[in-house]
Amino acid sequence: MNRGLVLLRRTVTSVVFFAALVYGWHAYVEHTTQNSILLPDPSAVWDYLVSAVKDGTLMQASTVTMRRLLIGYGISIVLGIPLGLLTARFKVCADTIGVLALGLQTLPSVCWVPLTLLWFGQTEYAMLFVVIMGSLWSMVIATDNGVRNVPPIFSRAARTMGSKPVHTLVFVMLPASLPFIVSGMKQGWAFAWRSLMAAEIYVTILTGFGLGQLLQNGRDLTAMDQVIGIMIVIIVIGLLADKILFSPWERFLHHRWGTGRA
Amino acid sequence: MALVEELQVIAPSKLAVEHVSKEFRTGRGGVKALDDISMNIGEGEFVCLVGPSGCGKSTLLSIIAGLEQPDSGQVLADGKRITEPGRDRMVMFQEPALFPWLDVTGNVMFGLKLKPNLSNAERREVARFYINLVGLERFSHSNIHELSGGMKQRVALARALAPNPRVLLMDEPFAALDALTREQLYGDIQEIWEARKKTIIFVTHNVREAACLGNRVVLFSPHPGRIRDEFKINLSRPRDINSVELAEYSTEITRALKGYVTTEVGE
Repeated sequence: MNRGLVLLRRTVTSVVFFAALVYGWHAYVEHTTQNSILLPDPSAVWDYLVSAVKDGTLMQASTVTMRRLLIGYGISIVLGIPLGLLTARFKVCADTIGVLALGLQTLPSVCWVPLTLLWFGQTEYAMLFVVIMGSLWSMVIATDNGVRNVPPIFSRAARTMGSKPVHTLVFVMLPASLPFIVSGMKQGWAFAWRSLMAAEIYVTILTGFGLGQLLQNGRDLTAMDQVIGIMIVIIVIGLLADKILFSPWERFLHHRWGTGRA
Repeated sequence: MALVEELQVIAPSKLAVEHVSKEFRTGRGGVKALDDISMNIGEGEFVCLVGPSGCGKSTLLSIIAGLEQPDSGQVLADGKRITEPGRDRMVMFQEPALFPWLDVTGNVMFGLKLKPNLSNAERREVARFYINLVGLERFSHSNIHELSGGMKQRVALARALAPNPRVLLMDEPFAALDALTREQLYGDIQEIWEARKKTIIFVTHNVREAACLGNRVVLFSPHPGRIRDEFKINLSRPRDINSVELAEYSTEITRALKGYVTTEVGE
């Protein structure tokens, strides 16, 4: 079968599945006597989303949230990869930063929120800090793990070709750990996303009104169409991020390494 | 032009191994991998080091490569003491050790990128030259995982040849390949050795392979690693691994090898 046809078939399968899901939801709301405030009809959620797009609140909230997320996540990557390289190469770093990373990774980063509010007040820095604490450690651990799994023969081969330690680290160890680093980036992204949502729902930050706050706002007004609408937006952003941020990397890994599935 | 210069056949090195000893510490004390080894290797010679595992032949190769340091003694390349790896001595390992994030050309260019005074276009040309030399022109942009074991070792050979070393150090490079692929590579490596004039040190535990490739076969015995015997192979090239004369040489060498292995056990 040709590729276009396969793609079409897979798309149709997905569309049918989600259409069935929405229809099931609609049918349930129709046929129960349950209060439609608690579970609104899909059309009500759709109406809310349309109005939120029209009056710009959705766009604004998404922008605020995405900015926090991308900046925090970016800082995590920029700090996490070099830290991971250090913990993998130097025992001192492994026994200090490595242990710290392992410990803090187990701490759900929403636990940082109370302390963060005291330190930074209700500012963007508070949100960034929570996001960084959520994703930094899994980046460090993934990079560390990746470097430790590089076959020693790679650095020996590089040395015979005249590669010096720093060159080997950047041009051999780093690319050789790429499969681990990419899966660490995915995990870091998931943690960052979760911690930001938790933080946004938990506290109102005066400098920007994010998706989490919009969701909490919906709860306060008992506007379940808004709550569900925002949940759907959060899911869609998550899916898009996966496709846009990680698919190219995974395709590259699949192409070069011949492992995994794109 | 730099490119022509880069691809020139350059003079091979002469190596002198002088009283080299090396001990490895293990849980139960030290193991003497090499015990006072001395040997001379002439310019452009093809020497095979043969011996059972644990006789230190690979360790000696690592020391010549500069990847490891001897406890005592020294190795001289053209009169200069070897202290670290250098592009004049390239190594081929048993595993191809190719980098999976680069394609074939990228792998061959890795060492060239560390060579100053070359433009990227020239590096690409040099890489193409060696990829053609090992017969992989059709695969210059293939990914490593798409190649067979024999093709991977050809890429590793091209990568080792690309910086134009004077010495090629080969550590059982064909041990993991099937017999047919190996036989092809025996032919290729002899051709390349004649065309590019390298000094080659080839470590193997396959006596027939050693007799097929080497001008000289040096026998090692283990615990501690010592040189036991030497055989000159006076056969014309290209040699066929299945020829009768070669079989005679390999029988002779095998007999010698068995001789000291059994006395060792008897002791």
